[in-house]
Amino acid sequence: MHPSNVLRTMMNTKSRIIVAIASLLLILTFFFPLWTIDLNAPQYPEGLGIRIWLDQISGLKPNDLQSINGLNHYIGMKVIDPESIPELKIMPYLIVFMIVFGLFNAYMKNRKLVYLWLILFVILGAIGMYDFYMWEYEYGHQLNPDAPIKVPGMTYQPPLIGSKQLLNITAVSLPSIAAIIIFISIFLNILALFLDSKKVKT
Amino acid sequence: MKTISKKMLLSAFGILFLFALIYAGCNQSKGTLTGNEAEQVYVAPGTYDEFYLFTSGGFSGQIGVYGLPSGRHFKTISVFSQNPETGYGYSEETKAMLNTSYGFIPWDDSHHPELSMTDGVPDGRFIFINGNNTPRVAKIDLREFETTEIIEIPNSAGNHASPFVTENTEYIVASTRFSVPVPQNDVPISSYKENFKGTISFIKLDPKTEKMNLEFQIIVPGFNYDLAHAGKGPSHDWAFFTSYNSEQANTLLEINASKNDKDFVAAVNWKKAEQYLKEGKAKTYNAEYYRNYVDHKTQIAVSEKNNQVKVLDPKDCPGMMYYLPTPKSPHGVDVDPSGEYIVAGGKLATVIPVHSFTKMIKAIEEKQFDGEISGIPILKYDAVVAGEVKDPGLGPLHTEFDGNGYAYTSAFISSEIVKWKIGTWEVVDRIPTYYSIGHLCIPGGDSKKPFGKYVIALNKITKDRYLPTGPELTQSAQLIDITGEKMKLLLDFPTVGEPHYAQSIPADLIMKNSVKFYKIEENGNPYAVKGEKDSRVERKGNEVHIFMTAARSHFSPDNIEGIKVGDAVYFHITNLEQDWDVPHGFAVKGMNNSEILIMPGATRTIKWEPKQTGIYPFYCSDFCSALHQEMQGYVRVSPSNSNVPLAFSLGK
Repeated sequence: MHPSNVLRTMMNTKSRIIVAIASLLLILTFFFPLWTIDLNAPQYPEGLGIRIWLDQISGLKPNDLQSINGLNHYIGMKVIDPESIPELKIMPYLIVFMIVFGLFNAYMKNRKLVYLWLILFVILGAIGMYDFYMWEYEYGHQLNPDAPIKVPGMTYQPPLIGSKQLLNITAVSLPSIAAIIIFISIFLNILALFLDSKKVKT
Repeated sequence: MKTISKKMLLSAFGILFLFALIYAGCNQSKGTLTGNEAEQVYVAPGTYDEFYLFTSGGFSGQIGVYGLPSGRHFKTISVFSQNPETGYGYSEETKAMLNTSYGFIPWDDSHHPELSMTDGVPDGRFIFINGNNTPRVAKIDLREFETTEIIEIPNSAGNHASPFVTENTEYIVASTRFSVPVPQNDVPISSYKENFKGTISFIKLDPKTEKMNLEFQIIVPGFNYDLAHAGKGPSHDWAFFTSYNSEQANTLLEINASKNDKDFVAAVNWKKAEQYLKEGKAKTYNAEYYRNYVDHKTQIAVSEKNNQVKVLDPKDCPGMMYYLPTPKSPHGVDVDPSGEYIVAGGKLATVIPVHSFTKMIKAIEEKQFDGEISGIPILKYDAVVAGEVKDPGLGPLHTEFDGNGYAYTSAFISSEIVKWKIGTWEVVDRIPTYYSIGHLCIPGGDSKKPFGKYVIALNKITKDRYLPTGPELTQSAQLIDITGEKMKLLLDFPTVGEPHYAQSIPADLIMKNSVKFYKIEENGNPYAVKGEKDSRVERKGNEVHIFMTAARSHFSPDNIEGIKVGDAVYFHITNLEQDWDVPHGFAVKGMNNSEILIMPGATRTIKWEPKQTGIYPFYCSDFCSALHQEMQGYVRVSPSNSNVPLAFSLGK
C-alpha cells in the first residue's frame, strides 16, 4: 500500500455504504444485552444470572437480580442496584454519539475521521472494560464485615471473561450480542478503510 | 446305621425341597413379578413421570398426587379437611373455604376426583371432588394445586354420585346417596316412602369467570343415587346416574335394599332440563347453602350465602328423565369413548349389563315403557340393553376403557380386574388384585380419547402386601400394564387415605401451566407488605395487626413488645421471595391453631390469642436457607393492664 493511499482523504461509495451500515448496526445494541454473568449451582437447575445492557441490569429470569442480591447478602456483598451505577446512564449517549459520528463520516467521505472514529471507539471500549472490571472488583472485595458467611481469604469478584468458582457457585462471564455487534461495527469500519485503499491501488 | 441315616437325611431334604417348590409356586400366584417390570416403573433420579395420578383421600378429605409409572407421592392437596401442615382451614385467608350452612366443618369424605374436560378429553385445568358427608363439590385449580372453590349442595345428603362433568365441563353433577325429606322436615323415619326424596343437581361452570353456580336440581324418587357419568358424542346431552334401594328401605339396607332383581340407571337429558328451566317450569325452593371461593385479587377465601334453588320436577317436564332397569344394585355407570354404550356395574348382578344409547332413544320414540315412577317412564330392559358380559367376576363395580375397543371392570368380591371386548361382550383376560378392588382408573379412561397404557387398581385392603403398621394398614394402588394382550402387574404403591377413585392425565398437560410463585406486585391482600420498610405493628382496641415480612433469613419486625394478655394478635406475613420453591413457615409457641406456610409472593394470616404473660419465640418452620435456624424472633406479652408501649424493630 502506498503511503499516499493511506493518507488519502476521500472514501469511495462502497466504503461509505459500509461505514453507514456499521453505524446503523449499532442501533441494535439497544435491544440486546452487552454482557452476561451466569451463576451455576445445583440448587438452580433452571439457571440464575444477570444481563448487563447499555442502560440497565436485568435478570436472566424476571426476579434473578432480587434472588442474586438475596444470596449476596450472606457474604456481605453490596446490593446490585442499577440506579446507583452512573455508567448505565452515560453509555446510551455514547452509542448514540458513535452512530451519529459514523453517519457523519459516511456523508463526509473523510478517511481521517473514520480513523478517529475507530480510535475513539476502541479507547471507549477499553475504558468500559476497565470500568466493568473495577465494578466487579468493588462488588467482590468490599464486603460487609457483619456478613454471616465469612471465608478467610475469600473474595467474590466475578471474572471479566471466562469462568470462576465462587464457593458453591460457578460464575461464567461472557460478552453478549450487543458487545459482538460493537465488534462487528468496528470491524466493518476497518474493512471500509481497507477496501477503499485497495481500490485506489489498482 | 450310617447309610440309613444318610437316606433319611436325603429324603428329608427332598421333602423340604418339595415344600419350598410349593411355597414358591404359591408366591408366584400372589403376583410375583417375572419379567422386566422393574424397568417399566423405574423413573431415573431427576427425570419426570409420564402421568399425574390424582387419588381421592376418602376419609382424609384430601386428594393425593402421584406420578406414574413410579407411584411416587408428590403432594396432598388440602380440600375438605383442615391441614395443620400448611395452615389450610386455619389461616384467616383459607378458613372461609370450610363454611357451610351447618357452620364451619373441618372435614369431609372425598370420593371421586374428576378432571375438567374440553371436547370430552381431560384438559388439565381443574380437578373436582365431592364431599360425601356434608354435600359439597370442590374445585381445585391445577395451576396451583390449591382448592379455589367449594359449593354446598342443599336438599341432599351423602353427595356420592358426584362430581362428574359433561363433555365440555358445562355442568358438574351431584346427587343424593341418602334420600331425605326435601325440604328437610321433622318426620318419622318410617315415613320414608312418603316423605323422603332424592335430588340430582347440576352445577354450572361459567367458562369465563370459572365460577360454580348451582343452576338447578331435579327432584327424584327416594332411592340411593350412587354414581354418574355424562354422555359424550351422540349422547352429549345426557347424564346417567345409577340408583339402588329402589325398595326404598330405611332400615337394614343390606337385606332390604337387595331384594329387587333390577334397580335403575337414571338417564337425564340436561339440555331438555335447561330448556324447561328457561320456560320457567322450575319451582323455587328455599334452601340455605354456601359457596366459598378464593377472590382472585386478594387471594382470600370469601363465603357467599345463597337462599334459593330452582327445582325441576320430572312430572312437569316430559322427556327430561327416564329409568333404565338395571340388575342389581348397580354402582358405576360408565359411558364408552364412542358415547354409545352405557355400562352399569351391577354389584350384586351375575352379569354386567350394557345399555345402548341408540336403542334407548329408539325405545323412547316408540314409547316402550314398563310403567313409570313419579312421572319418570321406565324403559323396557330388553328394549335398551345392548348385551350382557357373562361371568364378569363377583361384585362388578366400575368400568373404564382403553380406547382400543376393550373395557376393564373391577370386581370387588372376587378381587380382580376383568378385561372384556366391547360389542362381543366376551371376557378376554382377568388379573387378580391385592385385595378387594373398588374403583379402577385408566389415564383418560372415562373420556372420549383414553390415553391408555395402564390400569390402576384402587384397593381397600392390603393385609400382607406391605410391612405391618399395627391394626391400621395402608390403602393401596396397583399399576397394571395394559399395552399387551394380557394384563401385567407392575407395581404396588401405598396411598394416603382411601383411594375410592382416581384420575390420571399426561403430565405435560399440567406441568406447563404450573405456577412457580406469586408476583409480589400483584398481591392484593389488604394486609400485604411489599417491602421491609413498610412492616409495622398497629393496635385497634384489643386487636393487634402485625404486618410482617419474611425473606431469607429473617422476619421483619422480629422483636415486638406491647402485646397484652387478652389481645387478639393477627400475624399478617408476606413472603417477599420471588423465586420457586422458597416458602417460609411461621409458628408461635403456645399457638392454639396451626403453623402457616406462606408461598413466595403471598400473604397469610394466623390469629394468636396469648393467655399468659412472658416472652414468646416465633420462627420459620420451613427450612428455607443456610441461616434458617437464625430465622426467629420474640414477642413480649405483658399483663392486660400494663402500659408497656407498642414497639417493634429489626436489627436494633
